[in-house]
Amino acid sequence: MSAPAASLGGAPGRVDGTSATARAVRRLEPAALTAVMSRDVTIFGRYWKATTFSSIVQPTIYLLAFGLGFGALLHNYGGIPYVQYVATGVVATAVLFSSAFPGMFNTFVRWQFQRTYDAMLAAPLDVEELITAEVLWISIRAGIYGVAPLLVALAFGLEPEPGMLLVPFIAFLTGFGFAAFGVAIAAVAKTIDNFNYVTSAVLTPLFLLAGTFFPISRLPVGVRVAAQFNPLFHCVQLVRDASLAHLGLVDLYHAGVLVVFALLAWRLAISQLGRRLID
Amino acid sequence: MATTGPAPGAAAAISLRGVAKSFGAIRAVAGLDLEVPSGVCFGLLGPNGAGKSTTMRMLTAQALADEGAIEVLGYELPAQSKQARMEMGVVPQLDNLDVELTCRQILMVFARLYRVARAERAAAVQRALELANLSPRADTIVRELSGGMRRRLLVARGLIHEPRLVLLDEPTVGLDPQVRQELWSLIDGLRTGGVTVLMSTHYIEEAERLADTVAVMSHGRVIAQGPPAELVREHAGEQVLEVYGPPQRLAQVSELAEGNGWSSRRSGPAVAILRAETLDGMAPEGVRRPANLEDAFVALTGEQIE
Repeated sequence: MSAPAASLGGAPGRVDGTSATARAVRRLEPAALTAVMSRDVTIFGRYWKATTFSSIVQPTIYLLAFGLGFGALLHNYGGIPYVQYVATGVVATAVLFSSAFPGMFNTFVRWQFQRTYDAMLAAPLDVEELITAEVLWISIRAGIYGVAPLLVALAFGLEPEPGMLLVPFIAFLTGFGFAAFGVAIAAVAKTIDNFNYVTSAVLTPLFLLAGTFFPISRLPVGVRVAAQFNPLFHCVQLVRDASLAHLGLVDLYHAGVLVVFALLAWRLAISQLGRRLID
Repeated sequence: MATTGPAPGAAAAISLRGVAKSFGAIRAVAGLDLEVPSGVCFGLLGPNGAGKSTTMRMLTAQALADEGAIEVLGYELPAQSKQARMEMGVVPQLDNLDVELTCRQILMVFARLYRVARAERAAAVQRALELANLSPRADTIVRELSGGMRRRLLVARGLIHEPRLVLLDEPTVGLDPQVRQELWSLIDGLRTGGVTVLMSTHYIEEAERLADTVAVMSHGRVIAQGPPAELVREHAGEQVLEVYGPPQRLAQVSELAEGNGWSSRRSGPAVAILRAETLDGMAPEGVRRPANLEDAFVALTGEQIE
């Protein structure tokens, strides 16, 4: 054991010590971000099958239940078949669940139970880099898996549109905001059970009042105004407009809201969790 | 070895001046001054709650000092802590390994975190695995490792980038004697290789065996510092006289010691009188043994540990 230990001080790699030091002063170093994400990718390698399975099966069930169930009563909505209306809306639901939940649970488990974040922050990694990398990884995943409902809907007869190529990016942007939101929630949660409050009191209304299953235009004016503050509503509108070739100027507004939400949630996550990771 | 870091005797590897840190009403570190020279194994000895772990966390800027100045490897903390962390390795007291990953995967992630160049990563991982005797377990998931193996993996993780300073927080706490011996020889090997080691411990034997210099901490500050042998000579003398007997006899001896102004303490089933070499003919009947660091520690802190 001591023989290889003795070679440690020899440190052949130390010659570049100074250049490593010069690199370190920057914020949000790509090397730090990819290091954190490499861990996520490694873990994902163990779970991708289950994740992929549920991301295909869930929208299929939604489409069958709502599309065929409701669709039998309501063939068309605003000139589009109800199945297509729901399919485009379910993208947002998929994004919400694949970003807010990992944001909350993964963060809490790695921070509180496994103490992974404590271990990583002893290495040359800032809180800002750690959280940004974690949120980035979740939103990349959300961007990819957000497309799944659309693929399922194509099988249900949705017409392919070039605008659908924008959907992964919309899903990524929305996922970034909700993942960061989840991290901020995890930072203030006292126990993991506290997430139940957030799920039922915040996430469920967000997902129901987003125009996923029924249009909000029929709801009272107060609810319609409130929906403007629901990032998921803007995600639904963007996905629907892109997928059904309805993109217009109003979609810049929707995208703008999502960008603002992502930025605010990102800074909030860093400040909230940062305060708790560093004594 | 000579190419590693500053020459011995140059700037200190770690320097703390007037450092204080409170958690609410608890003053964990209270005006700590500490200088760790390059190339030594430095022991931070103290009972639980003396502020050792808080001090360790401040050295990686995972806890921020309320007062005072901290310098690590010539970098000022917390402003330049990231640069300092590039060149130091940390072995925490609590096991914070990624239980879902294999040994190799964990080391690979940390090789990236420590910016080991892509071309050198696989070799660095292999070297760390060998260093910790974990090569046969390289692809075992951490959850399936024994406690001793996990501790060795923690050490390997902190050494993946061949740091010139290593912080070990209670490196052998809770380990069985054989694993402890293995870790001790590993730590000794580091020092031989020119790496500066700062080790916190509440095991006296560990400090006595490994540390070139020991700082005794109590209530958030250093109350004595020096090579273990010197600390013993200075605070416990050459010899200790242990008097055994029934409780009555022990009470008598304690009284006698107090009356004569001898420094004494209860030590299990005996009363130990320090500086027995100065007792002349007045000493009661007992067993003489050389003074050790525990005697000095108890004399210094008035606290029993272990």
